[in-house]
Amino acid sequence: MFTGLVFLAVIIGSIVFHVWTPWWWTDIASNWSAMDDTIILSFWIGGGVFILVCLFMVYCIFRYQYKEGRRSEYKPEDKKLEKGLTWLTTIGVVALLAPGLVVWNNYIRVPDNAIQVEVMAWQWGWKYRLPGQDGKLGASNNRIISDNNPYGLNIDDPNGKDDVFVESNELHLLKDRPVKILLRSIDVLHNFYVPQFRSKMDAVPGTITYYWFEPNKNGEYEVLCAEYCGVAHYAMRGKVVVEDEGSYKKWLSEQDTFSSFMAKNRNNKLNKEKLVKINNLSSNENSVLRKQNVR
Amino acid sequence: MSDELNINKKRNNQIKTKSSTASGRGETDIDYVRPSEIPEQDLYHGHSFITKWIFCQDAKVIGVQYTLTAVFTGVVGLILSWMMRMQLGFPELFPFLTAETYYQMVTMHGMIMVVYLLTALFLGGFGNYLIPLMVGARDMVFPYVNMISFWMFFVAVVVLMASFFVPGGPTGSGWTLYPPQAILEGTPGSGYGILLMLISLSLFVIGFTMGGLNYVITILQARTRGMSLMRMPLTIWGIFTATVLALLAFPALLVSSIMMTLDKVLETSFFMPTIIKAGEALSYDGGSPILFQHLFWFFGHPEVYIVALPAFGIVSDLISVHSRKNIFGYRMMVWAIVGIGALSFFVWAHHMYVSGMSPWFGFFFATTTLIIAVPTALKVYNWILTLWRGNIRINTVMLFCLGFIVTFVNGGITGIFLGNVAVDVPLSDTYFVIAHFHMVMGIAPLMVIFGAIYHWFPLVTGRLMDEKLGKWHFWVTFLGAYSIYFPMHYLGFIGVPRRYFEMYDSPYMTSAIGMNEFISVAAFIVGAAQFIFFYNLVKSLRLGKPAGKNPWKANSLEWLTPDVPPTHGNWGEKLPVVHRWAYDYGVPGAKEDYIPQTTAPSEVKDAEVEKT
Repeated sequence: MFTGLVFLAVIIGSIVFHVWTPWWWTDIASNWSAMDDTIILSFWIGGGVFILVCLFMVYCIFRYQYKEGRRSEYKPEDKKLEKGLTWLTTIGVVALLAPGLVVWNNYIRVPDNAIQVEVMAWQWGWKYRLPGQDGKLGASNNRIISDNNPYGLNIDDPNGKDDVFVESNELHLLKDRPVKILLRSIDVLHNFYVPQFRSKMDAVPGTITYYWFEPNKNGEYEVLCAEYCGVAHYAMRGKVVVEDEGSYKKWLSEQDTFSSFMAKNRNNKLNKEKLVKINNLSSNENSVLRKQNVR
Repeated sequence: MSDELNINKKRNNQIKTKSSTASGRGETDIDYVRPSEIPEQDLYHGHSFITKWIFCQDAKVIGVQYTLTAVFTGVVGLILSWMMRMQLGFPELFPFLTAETYYQMVTMHGMIMVVYLLTALFLGGFGNYLIPLMVGARDMVFPYVNMISFWMFFVAVVVLMASFFVPGGPTGSGWTLYPPQAILEGTPGSGYGILLMLISLSLFVIGFTMGGLNYVITILQARTRGMSLMRMPLTIWGIFTATVLALLAFPALLVSSIMMTLDKVLETSFFMPTIIKAGEALSYDGGSPILFQHLFWFFGHPEVYIVALPAFGIVSDLISVHSRKNIFGYRMMVWAIVGIGALSFFVWAHHMYVSGMSPWFGFFFATTTLIIAVPTALKVYNWILTLWRGNIRINTVMLFCLGFIVTFVNGGITGIFLGNVAVDVPLSDTYFVIAHFHMVMGIAPLMVIFGAIYHWFPLVTGRLMDEKLGKWHFWVTFLGAYSIYFPMHYLGFIGVPRRYFEMYDSPYMTSAIGMNEFISVAAFIVGAAQFIFFYNLVKSLRLGKPAGKNPWKANSLEWLTPDVPPTHGNWGEKLPVVHRWAYDYGVPGAKEDYIPQTTAPSEVKDAEVEKT
């Protein structure tokens, strides 16, 4: 009796907690409400199964508690019941999987009008690069990164000349315009994650990964690193500001471009530094980035 | 010998499926079982203390050795989790808890619990003790190799523990050991710590392979007469399938450990691309960090089922014995275990949806992952259908089984969330993941382990464990663990990332502070409750009620040995002969409500047995 009641209390408690919880997701600020919807659907189907299974178990505890001399039913198999349960489960699984795959399909297909933004991760911080007027990012290579060339850009690539350098952990984005985040890392794995945007992807050194979203709410959001990257992982925060076109343009105009950065550098340093070898660019990184630029 | 000749004469006779129909006729021998065709195994009996208890070749002693060593590592893991919860619940209260030590504890806790506690306990502990007894063998087929297997495991544990004392401390790279960070400065213990971890894992794999070959071959080759595969208890099916998985999956871990060791020591570039540290490029070039993840999870996902399948098998047997009812749908249970095992090799990259691998993999791995949900759900239905119309003893063993069902279903369903690729995107790398895998492969298998220990303790020691202490242990552990991990899912919804030493004051996370304190307090209580269990173990060992033979009135062979506890060689003069499956409980027409596997059909003529 006691056992059954406690298990019943656990089930009811779980439902009550779920309904009344003050802990729930942050207000969404991107186009990925479909992800939230799939989670809700999973809650209905999965939660329903959980409740039914546990209630049945509690019923059995109450109804079939040990009595001296009573015999349990002897029925090793029930083909019909087993078949029925198999089909029911299969239908439930398909109902969960199908919408999930549709959302994933949207997640990996970037809209044509997306602005490319390079997120460059390092131990431990963020910086960013945006394309200039041409809308294309110049090819890059981690091996040629230096003080003179903080993003390791190929100097011969005309697409890179007008690239905008954002050498701070604060990124501004235009409201209602899809962004394609191109992730780069110069050392270890990182992950550019803003809970309000729902989306994330690892940055992997040696390759360039991507994901996209469309911010649709003005505001300031905290960036978290979501892939363990060493001892200061928890402190690797950044900031995203979503804003309207006016303030966005103003912010953009305050940033350096690759050419202006180089010019500044040349004046400042009186050519003390050696010129970086930029001609032996053989890595795939370049070709990958070029391909993406063509698209 | 004369017995065998006798049986030979009757070779042409056939066994009937239904003993009741056959029992009336005199011309067929319903008790016929095919004679054995090979001579019995010779065993080396230890004579000195050392050969009997230390370098012992008896699988039962080896099983206990594995269990004690694994439980020791488990206690270390438990203490580490306490310190982590101190930091998360009450940050800055303990100045010795720095980010470095925190990450080292996270890593060691994870690796110890998954590999050195759960894997070693289920396969090395329960596997060694139960396989020969349950299939009716005198011992494992290679007792000497079996002994070495344990001592390799022991050395692996020593090497692992040694890493706490080397300069730089143990590795703090997370239990997944992802390169490049695992072997670069910036991660704690990236010098000796990670090397000792990789060496310890390699030793573990080598040791396990020796034990694993023993388990598989013993089950395939050394079953007693009449013990067909489809008569084996589900415990054996679970351990058998898990061992096959482990033999196929562990090599991937061994290979990745060796490659990473080379990357660390010889600066090869298996997993290491160009890396810029402090403005300078390191000597690495062209390696692939994602390759490591594929290798790791090719081991890591089957690993989940290496832990889960023995638990599935054991809990099936416990539920059946203590609800005095045949397991429902035995054949489906067997095929579900085998099916889950096979499928588990096709789902590994669901741990990598946001790893930067080709996004097209997402479709494939989400589909395979959700397919696995079907056989898993069927197993759950069959457990509760076994309870249905049973005669359920609510004792400590059964309580742990019920606790298992609740936590497993809960964790299984959140697994469907994470396996469904688009749902995984917002939830991956958050506390939702932590809550999910602790529920499904931490608490649920632990429930089974505790249930199994309360169940088989009388066999191992000849004494029963204290029921009152057992029930206290169960309720505190179950309710406490549930209140740790159920609310923790909701931290994941907020977006709290895992492996964060400190949250600071992120606006949406301040609401999590109260919950973190609550979870920490619950964790301290649950951890402390385990000492009730240890006290019960020690107390019952000396003062427990004598159990006598077969205290639970079970059918399977391990309870039918001539001596309790069973001695070396298990069966005395004659090996048992098996006439039926292990689940003839409550058979109509039978005198008792159970018919042990060795009972010949002629002894229970009126029983209307449906399956043999």
